[in-house]
Amino acid sequence: MLGEGILKGLAETAKNFFGSFVSKERLTTVQFPEERLPQAEAARNFPFLVYDGHDWQAGLRCVACQICEKECPPKCIFIEKSKDKKPDSMGKQQFYPAVFNIDVSVCMSCQICVEVCPFDAIEMDTAFELSTGDRFDGLLWRKAQLAKPNSYFHQIHPTAAAEIDKRLAEAKAKAEAKAKPVAAAAQPDPAPPTKS
Amino acid sequence: MTFGTTAPVDEQVLHHSPDGGEGEYLEIALGPHHPSTHGVFRMDVVLDGERVIKLKPVFGYLHRNHEKIAESASYLASMPYTDRLDYICSLTNNWAYALAVEKLAGFQVPERAEYIRVITAELTRLVNHTSTIGFLTQEMGASGTPLMYAFREREKILDLFESLTGSRMMCNYMRFGGCRVELPSGWLEQVKKIVEEFPRFLDEYEQLLTGNEIFMARAQGIGVLKKDLAINAGITGPMLRASGVNYDIRKVDKYGIYDRFDFRIPLGEHGDVYDRYMVRMLEMRESLKILDQAIRDIPSGPIMDPKAKIRGFRPKPGEAYGRIEAPKGELGFYLISDGSPHPYRYRVRPPSLINLTVLEDMCLGSSVADTIVIFGTVDIVLGEVDR
Repeated sequence: MLGEGILKGLAETAKNFFGSFVSKERLTTVQFPEERLPQAEAARNFPFLVYDGHDWQAGLRCVACQICEKECPPKCIFIEKSKDKKPDSMGKQQFYPAVFNIDVSVCMSCQICVEVCPFDAIEMDTAFELSTGDRFDGLLWRKAQLAKPNSYFHQIHPTAAAEIDKRLAEAKAKAEAKAKPVAAAAQPDPAPPTKS
Repeated sequence: MTFGTTAPVDEQVLHHSPDGGEGEYLEIALGPHHPSTHGVFRMDVVLDGERVIKLKPVFGYLHRNHEKIAESASYLASMPYTDRLDYICSLTNNWAYALAVEKLAGFQVPERAEYIRVITAELTRLVNHTSTIGFLTQEMGASGTPLMYAFREREKILDLFESLTGSRMMCNYMRFGGCRVELPSGWLEQVKKIVEEFPRFLDEYEQLLTGNEIFMARAQGIGVLKKDLAINAGITGPMLRASGVNYDIRKVDKYGIYDRFDFRIPLGEHGDVYDRYMVRMLEMRESLKILDQAIRDIPSGPIMDPKAKIRGFRPKPGEAYGRIEAPKGELGFYLISDGSPHPYRYRVRPPSLINLTVLEDMCLGSSVADTIVIFGTVDIVLGEVDR
């Protein structure tokens, strides 16, 4: 019969329309700014720099090795290496980034900087409401703006942060165990000849 | 009157109807800024009344120099750019590129990673076909309703992609020799739930469209693509199969682990719009079959080849072509290595662009409204056409 298919289709539409009042299956949208769905744990938006402890300048994990700058596909990272060194969380003397800029108008959130970082110093943020009135300077994020504490990282990516903390603690214990015999062996030594 | 880069239509053609009638032909530009053109695509059509007598596709508005950029970037740095080729199905693009680099560098993909790739690729096929059919109905004038139903289902799968890869559409998930991260806990159960629920959606959707008289009138016998023309023009994917050619790279190449799954290749008979719609509908059901088997059989184990390095590797000089059955057709990446960390030559064989080449042959003699529908069934994404 002509029109049977259309009627069947209309029945389907009616099912969906009335179903949307009773079933969550058929009404999947939420009223956004008031109602918010939880974000996926793996969600990523723009990178940030992780620091340990309370002082962001002393605790920054980044040692300005510039691997992320080289690997970044759209080349949105700009790093300037420091002239002097300062101790990192392992107590080793390391360079630090004198300048660390990310141009988030260029960044495409691909996470490659996170993957290639050998120091777990850069991670992906999940914040997404980032509108600004200044499209040049407001979208060029500097070191102070990028630095976020490790506790924040734990808050947004708990699984990944716990894994990295475990790995870093192991590396630290290893480094300390390695440093101890050397220190013990160095102590009984007489004063170095240069001092005489 | 001419538009942009188009060569002027022959004056003779423009002013003299073949049937000797009065009046002039009308040359108009469909696009590049129009919702029905799936992006920035332009068709310069010459009309005799309502009939199309000449059609010229014009593209390049979204050209981003992908291939040349890849030649000066490391192998890894091109991976996120492949997401942006066919931005509806980034995971299959990742796979095709990873496959080419794996062939070039000789990496072995672990079993579990192969299964994850199949699962994500088949989910991508569902995403692509639902949105294609949704947009197709939109172009027929069914404003919104079928498209929204399709998008409702698509969004469920995109949520899964987000929980796995961190991004709904720009997944950037596969790596040379495996996959980036392990599946989050409970992910496979969620996929299973979707696989179980999806047939119900397909039944409802077919109820809505397949027997609908208006849909049939708009789709049957429109935009016929003959079998031999399809083969000669190098058409691939659902478009080729709708013309009745049994060619699916999942069966022909058996790349990855596709030889382990039991699935069939749906074929069309007439090669018209309706067949292309039907082939996609049936393909989704076959994808669900593959997903069902993959979820059942997925082993545990590593997801990365221990020999594979993600950065700073230099493949031996040579060349490789990796191709997969992307939802739109054969997607291939051709790479030449000269032993440096960058590819010497990087070439994409995009299914969308090559499927577009027969657009004029399908549209000649049809009305403007049908041209839009035919164009919708070619299923293009401009990111891939222009690269």
